[in-house]
Amino acid sequence: MDILFLLIPLSLVLAFAIGWAVWFAVGDGQFDDLEGPALSVIADDDDPR
Amino acid sequence: MQPALRPSPKPENCFHCGQRVPATGAVPQARLDGRVRYFCCAGCEAVSRFIHSAGLGDFYRLRATNSGRPDDTSGRDSLALYDEPAMQSRFVRPLGGGVLEAELVVEGMTCAACAWLIERAIGQVPGIESAHVNFSTGRARVRWRDGAARASQVFSAVLDCGCKAWPFETGRMEFVQESERKAALRRFLVAALGMMQVMMYAVPTYIAGEGEITPDLASLMRWAGLVLTTPVLAYSAAPYFRNAWIELRSWRPGVDLPMCIGLGAAFTASVASTLAGSGAVYFDSVTMFVFLVSGARYLERRGLERAGRSLQRLAALAPAHARRLPESGESELVAAVELKPGERVLVRAGETVPADGVLASPEATVSEALLTGESRPVSRITGERVVGGSINTGDAFIVRVTDVGADTVLSALRRMMESALDGRAPSVELARGISVYFVLVILAFAAGAAIFWSQADPSRALWIAVSVLIVTCPCALSLATPAAMASALGALSRRGIVIARAGAIEALAGVTDFVLDKTGTVTQGRMRVQGVIELGSLGASECLALAAQVAWESPHPIDRAIIAAAPEVRSDPEARRSRHAGLGIEALVGGRRVRLGSAEFCRELVRSEKPSIAESATSTAWLVDSRGWIAAMRIGDPMRAEAQDAVRELQERGVKVHLLSGDDPQLVTQVARELGIAEAHGAATPDRKQAYVQSLQALGARVAMVGDGINDAPVLAQADVSIAMGEGADLAKARADVVLVSEDLRSIAQAFGLARLARSVIRENLAWAFAYNALVLPLALTGNVSPLAAAIAMSASSLVVVANALRIR
Repeated sequence: MDILFLLIPLSLVLAFAIGWAVWFAVGDGQFDDLEGPALSVIADDDDPR
Repeated sequence: MQPALRPSPKPENCFHCGQRVPATGAVPQARLDGRVRYFCCAGCEAVSRFIHSAGLGDFYRLRATNSGRPDDTSGRDSLALYDEPAMQSRFVRPLGGGVLEAELVVEGMTCAACAWLIERAIGQVPGIESAHVNFSTGRARVRWRDGAARASQVFSAVLDCGCKAWPFETGRMEFVQESERKAALRRFLVAALGMMQVMMYAVPTYIAGEGEITPDLASLMRWAGLVLTTPVLAYSAAPYFRNAWIELRSWRPGVDLPMCIGLGAAFTASVASTLAGSGAVYFDSVTMFVFLVSGARYLERRGLERAGRSLQRLAALAPAHARRLPESGESELVAAVELKPGERVLVRAGETVPADGVLASPEATVSEALLTGESRPVSRITGERVVGGSINTGDAFIVRVTDVGADTVLSALRRMMESALDGRAPSVELARGISVYFVLVILAFAAGAAIFWSQADPSRALWIAVSVLIVTCPCALSLATPAAMASALGALSRRGIVIARAGAIEALAGVTDFVLDKTGTVTQGRMRVQGVIELGSLGASECLALAAQVAWESPHPIDRAIIAAAPEVRSDPEARRSRHAGLGIEALVGGRRVRLGSAEFCRELVRSEKPSIAESATSTAWLVDSRGWIAAMRIGDPMRAEAQDAVRELQERGVKVHLLSGDDPQLVTQVARELGIAEAHGAATPDRKQAYVQSLQALGARVAMVGDGINDAPVLAQADVSIAMGEGADLAKARADVVLVSEDLRSIAQAFGLARLARSVIRENLAWAFAYNALVLPLALTGNVSPLAAAIAMSASSLVVVANALRIR
């Protein structure tokens, strides 16, 4: 059970890392449009114009 | 099946928009990516050619639906206006470093592929830094380097894709709204993350057996809980604490106060136990509660924003530019704000009318769809009003501007909706008032419980008090009415029903009697020829043509009706027309004297008694020449096609329908009989109408008066609810609680049904909120509800209320 003394602080670090990622994602507008980007993935951008 | 997959030599549908290609004549076609494609019109062909030449042919594979047919995209010459500094200051903002940003509203996107297409098309303009098109909101945000690109190029790129764009005038409001929305989402997500992780530390202590968790491990988990709960409380719950402080300072205890006392007490006690290394911690309850409340508030906010978006849509309807037509010379392009009443503007096919005015051209066809929800184009003739924001679906026409800016119908509608959204309905005020006392009662109960249990069982006193505070939080109570109101307002405005007074929905729900005005309400309010009785050798259409020749350009409503019904006639320059006021018109047509007017007036010319025709309540215009009687024309104000259905629907809902009119009693009775209305009164002056409504009210009736909103001002004011149903342009002047923009009588029944639904939802919500509190308060007081269960129960009760309100749609 001693491993918990490492894992619990680690989970805290992880939680804060995810928190920062979410913060950034909201600020970046990644939740503004939930439909368009899904489509842009399958579009070919091979034509360099 | 997509036309793209079919190598059909005989295409039926347009490659771009999917509409049928013309069966005869030359079909527009183009060789694209090695294949011949066919189009319905040159517009679709041009758009498709552009898309392929830009290397964006993928669009046709990606799209989920056919594209819209491009309207007349010839409005390109107007784009230069967007480069004018005066215009730019309204929608472009400098970001520093020579980069400009603008937001555009894009119209005509049918699926996410269109957003993709437009994004690429704008991105290909040299000098563009970035372009992002949001399909859900229909907006594009574009950044470009000043000097390297021009705003007009951006608009032009959108036009190339077959869509339309106009500047989105970002007020400061919008900017603030967006950052607030982002902050609310962040608060919710931070709380969600904290809640999940704190649960990880809390659940083991609930399920572990005695001695399974060592004391130092338990202490570590408490500290971990503290570290995660602190940001949740300090960031996600900060607005609640701020509100609670304001409530406390102004001595108006609201929803946030008991919630924050509960949260604060639970958190402080938990911190104390953590520092002491023993005792209970409530970090799980605290984070769970903040998570649920911030989630509920985020959803509520989204709902309100959606209601607000229809307002923005109204604002975006008015075009930014207009073609001013000087008294002599060519039309010139000016910003719509520069127009003044009295000026003439040219509206080309497919363009939007820039301001309210009267039609100066002989006739026009416009679509008021965006304004009224009615997609069928309506036709207007000279002198009739044309509303700014309607779209020209026919040929080009000229409008003489009468109202601009804040005086237009569009602005008036927006103001009405804004004030209804802002205004507090009486029941909302009442619920607010009740919840103040409710909060005081809760605080008293919590304090009582704390005192009692600190004597009886000190170890349980704190968490019982916290449970009482949290479980009885009057969120559901204070949400019960506003949630239903917001939902009903949205549902009504989607049906073209504008609520102009905050309390109107409640007043409408209690109505027992509907009083309808006849002219312009159950009838169309416009004279039309209803029948031609041939008395001589001429056929009906020849009679009408002759009558129209006589009536040429007469402004009298009856003459206008004849002219509108007649086949097209060319003015005879020889015809010497003389008007005899109140009698009729005499003219020389083809060398003979012809008279059009009353029977008396006509008899003077023919010198014989008028032929007997069936009695009718409608007006009759006679047409004679010196040789004899030619025709009698029945002219009346025809009933709206849907009037009968509308009256029946109202009667089926159990209300009494009355008909009042200033018209001839015989005519009113006839109309009432056709509609199945028992109570009908003709020859009613405005005073008598008001007295009639008053007498109904004296008998205990709640009266809704339906009129055109202008002529009936006193009676509208007397009624409990006034409903105005206007010919578009008059709505700006209407003083009514409810405005039917859709000009469909049946929407009265719809509005009534929705108002009743809203009322029953409010009642259910209030009943639920009280029942919930009555049930959980004793349980919490006796120590049967843990703080965690309290947090879940309270949030669930609020969600039930909101979900119930969403039934109104």
